[in-house]
Amino acid sequence: MQTIKCNWDSGSQSVPPQIPPAPNQAHFPAAAPTSIAKLKSNPQMKVGIVVFPGSNCDHDAWYAINSNLHGNAEFIWHDSPTLGDAEAVILPGGFSYGDYLRCGAIARFSPVMRAVKEFAAVGGLVLGICNGFQILVEAGLLPGALLRNIDLKFHCQEVALRTETAHSPFTSKLHKGEILRVPIAHGEGRYFADEHTLDELEAEDRVAFRYLENPNGSARDIAGILNRERNVMGMMPHPERACDPLMGSVGGLGILESLLASTPVLAAR
Amino acid sequence: MTITQELITQHQLTFGEYAKIVALLGREPSYTELGVFSVMWSEHCSYKSSRIHLKKLPTEGKYVVQGPGENAGIIGIGDGWVVAFKIESHNHPSYIEPFQGAATGVGGILRDIFTMGARPIAVMDSLRFGNADQALSRRILAGVVQGIAHYGNCFGVPTVGGECVFEDCYAGNPLVNVFALGVCKANEIFYAKASGIGNPVIYVGAKTGRDGIHGASMASAEFTEESKQKRPNVQVGDPFLEKLLLEACIEAMKTGAIVAIQDMGAAGLTSSSCEMGSRGGVGIDIDLDRVPQREPGMTAYEMLLSESQERMLLVAEKGREDEVFHVFRKWGLDAVTIGTVTEDGKLRIRHHGQTMAEIPNRALADEAPKYDRPHNVKPYRKAPVDPPAAIPQSRDLTADLLTLVASPDLCSKRWIWEQYDFMVRTNTLAGPGSDAAVVRVKGTDKSIAMSLDGNGRYCYLDPREGAKLAVAECCRNLSTTGALPVAATNNLNFGNPERPEIMAQLVEAIEGIAEACAFFETPITGGNVSLYNETLGEGIYPTPVLGIIGLMKTAKPIPVSFQREGAHLVLLGGFGQTDPIQFGSSQYAKVIIKDLWGQPPKLDMAYEKRVHEAMREIVAQGLAESAHDLSEGGLAVALAESATSTTGAEVKVGHAAIAAFSLFGESPSRILVSTSSPKQIQSIALQFGIESPIIGVTIKERLQIGNEDHMLIDVATADLKHSFEDALPRLLKTQNAA
Repeated sequence: MQTIKCNWDSGSQSVPPQIPPAPNQAHFPAAAPTSIAKLKSNPQMKVGIVVFPGSNCDHDAWYAINSNLHGNAEFIWHDSPTLGDAEAVILPGGFSYGDYLRCGAIARFSPVMRAVKEFAAVGGLVLGICNGFQILVEAGLLPGALLRNIDLKFHCQEVALRTETAHSPFTSKLHKGEILRVPIAHGEGRYFADEHTLDELEAEDRVAFRYLENPNGSARDIAGILNRERNVMGMMPHPERACDPLMGSVGGLGILESLLASTPVLAAR
Repeated sequence: MTITQELITQHQLTFGEYAKIVALLGREPSYTELGVFSVMWSEHCSYKSSRIHLKKLPTEGKYVVQGPGENAGIIGIGDGWVVAFKIESHNHPSYIEPFQGAATGVGGILRDIFTMGARPIAVMDSLRFGNADQALSRRILAGVVQGIAHYGNCFGVPTVGGECVFEDCYAGNPLVNVFALGVCKANEIFYAKASGIGNPVIYVGAKTGRDGIHGASMASAEFTEESKQKRPNVQVGDPFLEKLLLEACIEAMKTGAIVAIQDMGAAGLTSSSCEMGSRGGVGIDIDLDRVPQREPGMTAYEMLLSESQERMLLVAEKGREDEVFHVFRKWGLDAVTIGTVTEDGKLRIRHHGQTMAEIPNRALADEAPKYDRPHNVKPYRKAPVDPPAAIPQSRDLTADLLTLVASPDLCSKRWIWEQYDFMVRTNTLAGPGSDAAVVRVKGTDKSIAMSLDGNGRYCYLDPREGAKLAVAECCRNLSTTGALPVAATNNLNFGNPERPEIMAQLVEAIEGIAEACAFFETPITGGNVSLYNETLGEGIYPTPVLGIIGLMKTAKPIPVSFQREGAHLVLLGGFGQTDPIQFGSSQYAKVIIKDLWGQPPKLDMAYEKRVHEAMREIVAQGLAESAHDLSEGGLAVALAESATSTTGAEVKVGHAAIAAFSLFGESPSRILVSTSSPKQIQSIALQFGIESPIIGVTIKERLQIGNEDHMLIDVATADLKHSFEDALPRLLKTQNAA
């Protein structure tokens, strides 16, 4: 192998070592099923990022948490039957299983989703971003559906979001009404639900974010929603892409900081 | 089957070539062997018309780790990291089936990158279509853009930049050139060189079907009326499968059990096996019965020539196959041992227990014919040298500027690039709409800047000078962001090389690239040649497309847009020449005068290089608030592009016989810089011996350009931005109405 040296080598200067490892079935030691709830203080909350075949924002979420927020994230392989000792779970963006059939429609059947559902049912924190939001909707963890953008085109752009509630583990570090600049990148992000559901979401303060300028035709400008118990959030915009000043905006930091700062209700089993 | 003259002609082989096959084999080839030779010796795979001229390109430099000859070029960026990059065309398929043609173009080049062990982190596209007022061109454009978006977005690689040009000559031959770049550690590079007698040859990825048979041959002939019936020759891509293949390959490479690996691109199984064998000086035995097949009853001929996508061939260490299989199983992919490495240097194909082909690998990969096609004539051009008798003196230069910024070539391409995920992998520091795209390399303090450029109009008027201008512009783009240009790849798109005046264009352009790349110290590390871009005898403009990459320390790149009011504007490089003959190649001549004449702008490479050096110094000293290189549309268009809806500029230009010359002339070697320290910039410019007039200041909401006597242009920046941004969506909406 040739030695590569160029005149501007940084030498011993240290740089953030940030190449994520390959996801593996046995990445987290699976905890004994009898393990009891651990209440743990942060910032070392262990975040599990689920890797479906076709996830492609998994590395970005990993980088944002580990490198931008100095947190502790690891990958969970899609056919893992448990979440190991993860205290919060992120379903990342991408095209799980190619998004053939319908976005998220196949991913909801993968083994890890059973564990995610059980985790959510006992109060575990679950954040679905983009394709992750689509999966949560398909899995019935959040109401409504995500349809093709109204102009039938994929949109990659920065959008302005208004924070609609600070009352959730994902938005606790934000103020109601705070405007965040965060990118979107999706072809099927038009939030849809029947009027009754939309009224209910609003009445229960479960709309987390709205677009200031609706890019995709979402009902009532909705960009992100919470479940009734407020421990599951789905959003189409990508907070993990807006955590580094070099990338243009840091509008996503507050969301991930809120997550890391929250107290896990219950750790996974 | 007896090989008849008709069969030879059908396979696009000449009788001379057939005689050479017989001589190499010492016998008549079988039908299967004839098919194998026909693809491997096609123009697309063998570069038989261009090879002797490509040798003239500089390929070595201090950053180069791997030059031409592998799946992609590699350069070192220091700290133990390398970058693999290459450009490739998918022109012919994109005309026949725009969506899949473009999508598989992206898929093919991505495999070229990750087969070297490098994870793709950026893609750019250079696109050319027929006139935008034609429904066919708009339909091809929409299909190509959707195809690129479909593949790149799903695969998870950001499409960070590119170019898109409209010209009549591309109506029947659109150009889709895709550039991809990946990174890996220097000690993790993989090569496509088979070795180790007895090692297993493993097939991974998608099953083999009947799609794409003879795609390489299709790309090696002119289009005729019948070409449209070749739709079955266009492959169908599956970006999801490719994403799995990427992850599985990179994981499998880490096992240490892989000896060599190559993707199955053009000519599929045939080219991957004989090229890997030839590079390693070994033979390869393949048993086709073991190849995963999509449909029953495929013949050896079909399997060998299939261009089904998302497949790879690899050589593993004997006894360690299971480690490789384990990884591919984890990702749900087929991985099957289909053959072994042998010592006799031959490609031996068995099917149903019979030997269907037995050809020395070298004969296929290295003994392809090389032609020195006649080219001692003037390169083809029909345009006059002299300007039209009277170049009309415009009465409304403001209207001209508004028309130019809304013209298909110069208008905002937002409609295109917002359909691409240009941010995934969170490395994009400068994306589409910048002079050069910039992506950081995580784990290092370095970033890669990259630029794609070609100019068919310039090259049509003078292929040599046009090619040099493309190299210069790429390097200028990189320097404008503060990056040092280090290496290049090129895509040569030309017409029929059997016509001497077209061959002359090719030779002139290659020599121009060679001269400029040597001068700017950006060696060519690989590339692609696409010939026969002709339909019914009408060729495209000679269109060499350069992709040049540069290195910089990771930092926020200098933006194109003005950042505030009251900044001084320096025109680094000066006002340039205002010459009526050179004006004939400008966008103003194309859009406003609707004509083409004369010569491309005159390039002084030494001066150009000094401008780059000065610009990098200006960036290094933190003096530039914004910077934008001048190219098509000249100074006025550069000012319009730098303006925002709230910030414009008040600028004074020199006097010219015709005012449009100084506003819209496309003299190279110029960069517009906004700054609070114009004097410091001028002193740097002085050190490098270049001009640097202070031409004005940024102001609120208007762009005003005048000379000593008159106001020439006065327009609200909001109107400019509106014209610039609205043009493409409006143009494409007509399509829906039609």
